[in-house]
Amino acid sequence: MRVTGEHLTVAVRGRRLLSGVDLVAEPGSTVGLLGPNGSGKSTLLRTLAGLRDPTGGQVRLDGADRRTLPRRTVARRVAVVTQQTPADLDLTVRDVLLLARIPHRSRLAPVTTADVEGADRAAERAGLPGYGDRAWSSLSGGERQRVDLARAFLQDPDVLLLDEPTNHLDVRHQLDLLEQLASSPVTVVVALHGLDLAAQYCDRIVLLARGEIVAAGTPAEVLTPERIAAVFEVRAEVTIGADGRPDIRIRRPS
Amino acid sequence: MTPRGPAWLVGGACVLAGSLAGAIALGVAELSVGQVLRVLSARAGLPVAPPTLLTDSIVWDLRLPRVLLAALVGAGLAVCGAVLQALTRNPLADPYLLGISGGASTGAVAVLVLGWGTGAAALSLGAFAGAIVAFGATLLLAGARWTQPGRIVLAGVAAGQLFSAVTSLVVVSQATLQNTRSITFWLLGSLAVASWPTVALCAGVGAAGLLVCWASAPALDAFSYGADVAQTLGFHPGRVRALLFTTTALLAAVLVASSGAIGFVGLLVPHAARFLVGSRHRRLLPASALTGAVFLVWADTAARTAFAPQEVPVGVVTALVGVPAFALVLRRRPAT
Repeated sequence: MRVTGEHLTVAVRGRRLLSGVDLVAEPGSTVGLLGPNGSGKSTLLRTLAGLRDPTGGQVRLDGADRRTLPRRTVARRVAVVTQQTPADLDLTVRDVLLLARIPHRSRLAPVTTADVEGADRAAERAGLPGYGDRAWSSLSGGERQRVDLARAFLQDPDVLLLDEPTNHLDVRHQLDLLEQLASSPVTVVVALHGLDLAAQYCDRIVLLARGEIVAAGTPAEVLTPERIAAVFEVRAEVTIGADGRPDIRIRRPS
Repeated sequence: MTPRGPAWLVGGACVLAGSLAGAIALGVAELSVGQVLRVLSARAGLPVAPPTLLTDSIVWDLRLPRVLLAALVGAGLAVCGAVLQALTRNPLADPYLLGISGGASTGAVAVLVLGWGTGAAALSLGAFAGAIVAFGATLLLAGARWTQPGRIVLAGVAAGQLFSAVTSLVVVSQATLQNTRSITFWLLGSLAVASWPTVALCAGVGAAGLLVCWASAPALDAFSYGADVAQTLGFHPGRVRALLFTTTALLAAVLVASSGAIGFVGLLVPHAARFLVGSRHRRLLPASALTGAVFLVWADTAARTAFAPQEVPVGVVTALVGVPAFALVLRRRPAT
């Protein structure tokens, strides 16, 4: 499924969080959103996810204005992982994973044994076997993030919209996740902080600053030392590898 | 592992039926469960030896409606509590969150002061009107974005406090009211004036309310995890909240008008039910209803028999039993 943002503008009380942002994620591609804190990555992602209505412009899914599509139809095809505060109620890991199947059955249909087995398999795939009965509140930040990502995959979507899905993960799980995203046939739009990982795994990079797009294109086109210095205010060395992808090393300020 | 399938449901229904029969038998005039069953069988037209008129009257006119009302009010309050806890993601939410109990007491007191009547029916009507006015005030205070949990909870607390203050002011300033037991009734809750019409009303409204909430079980599951995720799963947060806030407010208003503001059931029972069957609302709501019904039936039985012939307001019993039980539930909660 193709995800398109056209001239997206978001303003809150006259302050512009996004100004005329255009973005296309081709079917099956992985698009990375990069930018410093407050550059509008989360706002853009939440707008694409329908969690925020744009003040101007529109979001299209395979060309159709997402506001005209039924919510359930969208929910069957688009899964979202946002940065969120943990729940204070006694949910188990299985309860959280089972949420993924809600859009796929009728409103009154019960949870089936197959659903429960699917949830337990998803926990296993997330590297958390036997965690079904564990209380969500007892998990570490990284474990919660892995459960939430497993929940998004279990939703069986064509599109994944992920807001900093790696910020609590150790380095192995970061690589596992990005491998999974890059190799899956799902269209992915993901906000990331790590320039090096984004350069290695994303098909396209959209670089944001102050709510506007600074550059968009392949990692090699976008992530030049000059641009990194201008946007992130750090010194970086970039070498292009044999695979055509930039290898980025951030240097100590001198 | 939580109990599977309908086993816990059947078990719970059996415990409830046993509790009802046992609670009817207990009282100042002691009856056996056999006598209770005989009255019920005779009333149902079964060929049994007819009970004495007195036994029949005690069971049919006094204890049965009261015990049934206790079960219905307990079930209703527990369901309201479970729904509001999920919607607001606040484990401290209770059925009176939206200003309902403060408004109900003001309504009941207003009926007494204005001399519109002193009977149970007039007080109930006043209390219901007061509860609805308080809910309206809550919505008004919360403003256009009233479906946001933070706003409506703050507005509900404010409205409830305002109406409680009005009630206190009226009670203190009206000397004749100060000794009126009816006021204590509304402030603490009591099932003493149970009647068949009240039972029928609570059964009807309770069943409708439970059905609406039960049909929204997947939405409640999603909302207890997070509103963002609920929205990406295809729910319209504004619409779901509007439906469920209104449903629980109306249900709580009917319950509070029938029995006064009985505390602690709506706060405590959902936590106990979650401990028994887990957090998924398709199970949690029926389990809360059953647990709440059994709990209030026994609390009310204790209220009318512990210091017989003197009655203790049932709200006092629910708090006395509820606080230690709540402490236990809190200790079982995993650390966050």
